Amino acid sequence: MAATTEMLDRARGARAGSARRSLIEDRVFYFMTLISAVLVVALLVGVIVSLIIGSWPALSTFGLSFVWTERWSPVKEIFGALAPIYGTIVTSLIAMIIGIPVSFGIAIFLTEICPQPLRRPIGVAIELLAGIPSIIYGLWGFFVLAPFLQSTVQPFLIGTLGNLPVIGVLFGGAPYGIGLFTAGIVLAIMVLPFITSITRDVFQTVPVLLRESAYGMGMTTWEVVRHIVIPYTRVGLVGGIMLGLGRALGETMAVTFVIGNSHNISASLIAPATTISSTIANEFTEATGDLYTSSLIALGLILFVITFAVLALAKLMLGRTEIA
Amino acid sequence: MDMLSSNSVGRAAAATAPGVAREQPIKVEIKDLHFFYNNGFEALKGINLQLRDKTVTAFIGPSGCGKSTLLRVLNRIYDLYPGQRVTGEVLLDGHDILSKSEDLNRLRSRIGMVFQKPTPFPMSIYENIAFGIRLYEKVPKSEMDGRVEAALRKAALWDEVKDKISQSGLGLSGGQQQRLCIARAIAVKPSVLLLDEPASALDPISTAKVEELIEELASDYCIAIVTHNMQQAARASQFTAFMYLGELIEFNRTDNIFTAPVNKRTQDYVTGRFG
Repeated sequence: MAATTEMLDRARGARAGSARRSLIEDRVFYFMTLISAVLVVALLVGVIVSLIIGSWPALSTFGLSFVWTERWSPVKEIFGALAPIYGTIVTSLIAMIIGIPVSFGIAIFLTEICPQPLRRPIGVAIELLAGIPSIIYGLWGFFVLAPFLQSTVQPFLIGTLGNLPVIGVLFGGAPYGIGLFTAGIVLAIMVLPFITSITRDVFQTVPVLLRESAYGMGMTTWEVVRHIVIPYTRVGLVGGIMLGLGRALGETMAVTFVIGNSHNISASLIAPATTISSTIANEFTEATGDLYTSSLIALGLILFVITFAVLALAKLMLGRTEIA
Repeated sequence: MDMLSSNSVGRAAAATAPGVAREQPIKVEIKDLHFFYNNGFEALKGINLQLRDKTVTAFIGPSGCGKSTLLRVLNRIYDLYPGQRVTGEVLLDGHDILSKSEDLNRLRSRIGMVFQKPTPFPMSIYENIAFGIRLYEKVPKSEMDGRVEAALRKAALWDEVKDKISQSGLGLSGGQQQRLCIARAIAVKPSVLLLDEPASALDPISTAKVEELIEELASDYCIAIVTHNMQQAARASQFTAFMYLGELIEFNRTDNIFTAPVNKRTQDYVTGRFG
């Protein structure tokens, strides 16, 4: 009896010691994680503040009209951001219009239809696509895709869709090869692996029993995907699309190669244009004069705001659908 | 007949008890059914069995003995997984449903299935029912309302959900969700209902409700229910099949299985000595 009590006491003593030790560990751990989290916020605020400071000369000179002025004249030191903003949004939209359906198609094929032995090779191929550096996409876009589009696809589009009454203006003009349309295609290929892999992962979160009971009702694969899998994974899908859109909006190198770098807004989708990030990348070394540099930084601030707005919109949409 | 089955046919056939009452016609006839998983594991070893119309047949036995696999053969859900295969015959009203040319979507509308866990679709309560109906029939809105209500009433769920019929089915309690799944299954007017441990994830009160519901439904459907709950089998079924390691050990009227089992293993199982 006495021996047992003694053993118990010893055990309790040991536990008290380890409790004290783990308390200290816990404090250290707490502060380390806290510092990491605070660092993120500090970085974010730091980037915003430095962008605002850097863009101040431009914004104070041109005011808010900077955003809706098309003219970009380094010689006369008149700068407007409308053309790059327009180019950024349109190329990203083209990328999304092409990229989302294809990504969904690949993900649906991989999760619902693909024979088991093919799943890994296709999955790996998509991941490798994500690993290609963007400069290679740019090279390929400029030397392979653009000439191909110029000689075959664009003349065809101009000859057919270009003659239609309303949408004809979107396909008017001469086939340059480089421009919004080409940049949109390159971007679509670049965002494809991101949207695909997220979409595939969220499709796989659908419980086996739910899928089986849907098939058990006699639904076809299309009906299961359309009415069960996509509604069930809606939140994840929007997340995947937003990630892809974020990448498309900010992509620099590949777009710079194929966009044409022209500060004009043309109604035609096949006309050369420019985007925010390619303008910055192209002109930073030539930016003599504070106003020029500051205008480029202001472009960066606008890109930041656009990306932020996209994310906020996504959150808002997700919140709404959650309640409904 | 398949070569593989020759050794087990005799045993399984012997297990089919003589003197089975014949009040109801045979709805589903299973003949020498073998089932193999991708790795070659034989999960069913020559099952011979008849399911009668308007009758509840319970499948009991320890875990992993092939009860659920048998149900998964009956509506061919196993078809979703390439590599799983069956030999033998399953006749629904005399027609072999295992044939390659069988229209699976139509088959599954005739053989409904309810799973271990509630699986409401990510849509409203109303749509959960209406969606299945629309897969097979063109029903005007006015008639659809009636069909949905009838299915929910049949599943003893109408009174609980009639005020929130357009809300998501995911917001219901577990027991309600399971009854919604049963309502969904019967809304398409199947002739056979497969229940794979329908109450295993439910609390006692919900279980009692689901069991009551099964008794109600027995007057209209051929029901096959897999259960680990011996009392549930005894209460709810007219026939019971005891399965063990992929074989049908004994098949008889539920009374006989529970009061006078012929096979020693059946006796041990129903008296709780193993399992």
